[in-house]
Amino acid sequence: MSVTTDTGPVLSADGKPLKRSLNKALRAQKLRALALIAPLLIFVLVTFIAPIADMLFRSVENQIVSNTMPRTTAELAEWDSDTSELPGDNVFEALYTDIFLAAEAKKHTRLGSRLNYEQPGVSSMFRSTGRNVDEIGEDQIKALEDLNGAWEDETFWFTLMTGGDGAEGNPSLLKQQAASLSNLTESVYPADIGFVPGQAISDLLPQTASAYTSFALFSAVDNGDVVAEEEPWAAVKLALIQDLRSGVDLSSYSGPGAAELAEAQDLATSLPPVDFKAGFIDIDEEWADAENWTTIKMYSPDFTSGYFLNAVDYQKTPDGFAPRPEDEQIYNTLFQRTLFMSLMIMGSCILLGYPIAYLLANLPMRTANLLMILVLLPFWTSLLVRTSAWKVMLQQQGVINDTLVWLGLIDEAGRLVMINNQFGTIVAMTHILLPFMILPMYSVMSTIPQTYVRAAKSLGATNWTAFWRVYFPQSVPGIGAGSILVFILAIGYYITPEIVGGTTGTFISNRIAYHISSSLNWGLAAALGSILLVAVLVLYWAYDKIVGIDNVKLG
Amino acid sequence: MTVTIIQPKPISFVAPVVGIAGAFAGLFVGTAQGSALIGVIGGFVLTAALAFLWLTVLRNERIARWVTTLGMAAAGYLTGGLMGGLVGLIFGWLFGWFIFWLGEGRYRAKLPPYTTPMQVFLHFGFRVLCGLIFFFLITPIVVVMPLSFNAQDFFTFTPEMLRLDPEGYSLKHYRDFFTNSDWQQAMWNSLSIAPMATFLSVSFGTLAAIGLSSEHVPFRRAIMAILISPMIVPLIISAAGMYFFYSRLGLQGTYWGVVLAHAALGIPFVIITVTATLVGFDRSLTRAAANMGANPVTTFFRVQMPLILPGVISGGLFAFITSFDEVVVVLFVGSAGQKTLPWQMFIGLREQISPTILAVATILVTLSILLLSTVELLRRRSERLRGLSPG
Repeated sequence: MSVTTDTGPVLSADGKPLKRSLNKALRAQKLRALALIAPLLIFVLVTFIAPIADMLFRSVENQIVSNTMPRTTAELAEWDSDTSELPGDNVFEALYTDIFLAAEAKKHTRLGSRLNYEQPGVSSMFRSTGRNVDEIGEDQIKALEDLNGAWEDETFWFTLMTGGDGAEGNPSLLKQQAASLSNLTESVYPADIGFVPGQAISDLLPQTASAYTSFALFSAVDNGDVVAEEEPWAAVKLALIQDLRSGVDLSSYSGPGAAELAEAQDLATSLPPVDFKAGFIDIDEEWADAENWTTIKMYSPDFTSGYFLNAVDYQKTPDGFAPRPEDEQIYNTLFQRTLFMSLMIMGSCILLGYPIAYLLANLPMRTANLLMILVLLPFWTSLLVRTSAWKVMLQQQGVINDTLVWLGLIDEAGRLVMINNQFGTIVAMTHILLPFMILPMYSVMSTIPQTYVRAAKSLGATNWTAFWRVYFPQSVPGIGAGSILVFILAIGYYITPEIVGGTTGTFISNRIAYHISSSLNWGLAAALGSILLVAVLVLYWAYDKIVGIDNVKLG
Repeated sequence: MTVTIIQPKPISFVAPVVGIAGAFAGLFVGTAQGSALIGVIGGFVLTAALAFLWLTVLRNERIARWVTTLGMAAAGYLTGGLMGGLVGLIFGWLFGWFIFWLGEGRYRAKLPPYTTPMQVFLHFGFRVLCGLIFFFLITPIVVVMPLSFNAQDFFTFTPEMLRLDPEGYSLKHYRDFFTNSDWQQAMWNSLSIAPMATFLSVSFGTLAAIGLSSEHVPFRRAIMAILISPMIVPLIISAAGMYFFYSRLGLQGTYWGVVLAHAALGIPFVIITVTATLVGFDRSLTRAAANMGANPVTTFFRVQMPLILPGVISGGLFAFITSFDEVVVVLFVGSAGQKTLPWQMFIGLREQISPTILAVATILVTLSILLLSTVELLRRRSERLRGLSPG
């Protein structure tokens, strides 16, 4: 035994401690590996993971209500929806401003169809209101214009609102209005639009200044006009009347148009007040229905669970969640059907795949490889080709029916209906997914030594016992791997059910596609997709635990 | 040395079994001639009598089989024309072989000598069952091919086709495919999108696979899970997400939008095949190259790449077929300008159902057979290069 003397840490050739050198080398290796992976990882994150995250976000996102009606939702916050009384005049006044802007930007119908998902009938209410909103306060505006022609003059208005040349501007109001308007119109508003509201006038007449600024932004950017050459909207004039009626003190104001303003204030106070509530109810009496207001209030937060509730046939009510009416419940049935059909497909794949995998694993290599081609050919053949092949086979004038009629098993009138129902979907998808069951089963079964079964038989087991007690338990991992794979693939299938499924053989994915491309209810589509995604990810996780993603084999 | 018992079986067993098979064949012949019942009885009597004749009287296998084949072919031709002759030929050959296979007891040749008759029956019953499943797998694909030559605009066999009448066949659906501008445009779109998507997924994927297969990769499992996820997440969800997200970026409805989406979908296949190839890769080769003064880039291109090339190519083929075959994502991410072949087929199947689809299907099946053979050859070559047994 040699004697070792302690000379401190082991050093490498360049005199550094070996441990540190090794750690450094290991770190360099890790970094190199990460550097090789990074481009792909970033690519997948941007092109694939980000879209999925976006979809998840859309399933709860609900900014459309607060973007389209910012003032109304703010006012509604204080309204108690339990009282079943209509909200106060302040809410209707805010609604007027919001709807007027939204109607100018043609966004009120979008909001209408969004809320229509939750409360049928709201869509037409918004449409008719958008069309007729300028009827409100018509008399008062007319009186104002009759009083002095200047109120119809664009140059007068422009000078009044800017406060004349060289007056102090109020750019913060401009910025604030631009921010709120761009939520509505999705346009980008530059800082310079050729108009800045005057500081003095915006202190004096805050509502008018806000309304005029919105008008200026909209005409300059969305309509591409020059602000000074456009007559303001009715909403601006109505805002002026409201401002003047609120009893502002004009005596200290000396800017442009002071005389006209004083004259107008006298008129405004003598006119009957503008009744916004009555005006809206005149246009569409649906506004008198507190339930519509409850819906608007319920969906005014920026995020909502409404889409998810809808996706499981529930709805929001003032007292919490409640099931939807019987005749509107479709998604539970659809989820159940998707689950049931995926299980059926998985089951028939196991039944058909197990014998084939067993045969291939127990045949001599040469024959097995040859027969494997018969499994791989469908696997490699285009999905559309196989689906169209099944359409050709299964339809009423198709190959199978023709053969059966020819054999006399069925008569001409009694041709079997095998397509556009669940049967068609299950048959076609079993065929399409069968290779995904056979391949994992085969790779597990080919590792089971044949001697085990022989040993069992030599110990006196019958054929059945030898198979069931010895062979089958060893092949279970293959069944598990294949089943999860087939189930994952089946549950999200779209093309085949769409073509051979008709109405009763469709999956949840068909409904998602319908909501994206036809009904345009993207939030609901995203919510349904998220539920499906969670189901698939759980299965994916299970697959990873059982089989390991690294062990996925192709061909 | 094998101790299998191959001995002639008693005719009292062979004749009825052959007769039952004959009755089954007779059902089809009889139906075609108008009476299924006569066909069944006739088939049974005829084949049982043949079995009796050949096994007890003639006993010369070669002559007997020729006589059966040609005799049945002639009878078929006289009753059913060309198609009948063909069917007769096949039935004749089949029964000639079956009678002697059964009668001489050859069916036990590959079974252990101790198997009981019941086990033999189960063994062949299982084979027949497997045959039926293979039939289920292959028939739909095979049926499409002759139908694509249909002279009529039908999706089923016409009487002319069944008679093998040249009038019943035509290339008109192929002509339509090659002259119709919709189909041609779709084909060019497919051919311009798929190679670009393949290029992207192969170049990124190969690099990443090399990184993933080195010994020390932090978060390997998590990274792998992310990279494989495009294969696992249902296409409709990927399509929905990409539709929403790409619209925000202005990529929706553009060539590059579709290419990026397809590249993302193809990446898992490249990763899986290339990492599988790298499992058997001998790292001492790269060390040897480095030892001799090669820099990492030279080592990669001159040593590592040639060895993993088969895996890279088959990964590329998978990525190509994924993109070439993909319809859900392109349906949402693409616009009319990116209408690919599968998209056009999808429209054709859903709306204006036209038999040109079958011609396209046949072309695509041929293409997939070519791709399948390429992948299989590459796999064998790769295993040979890596010193694994060719399997």
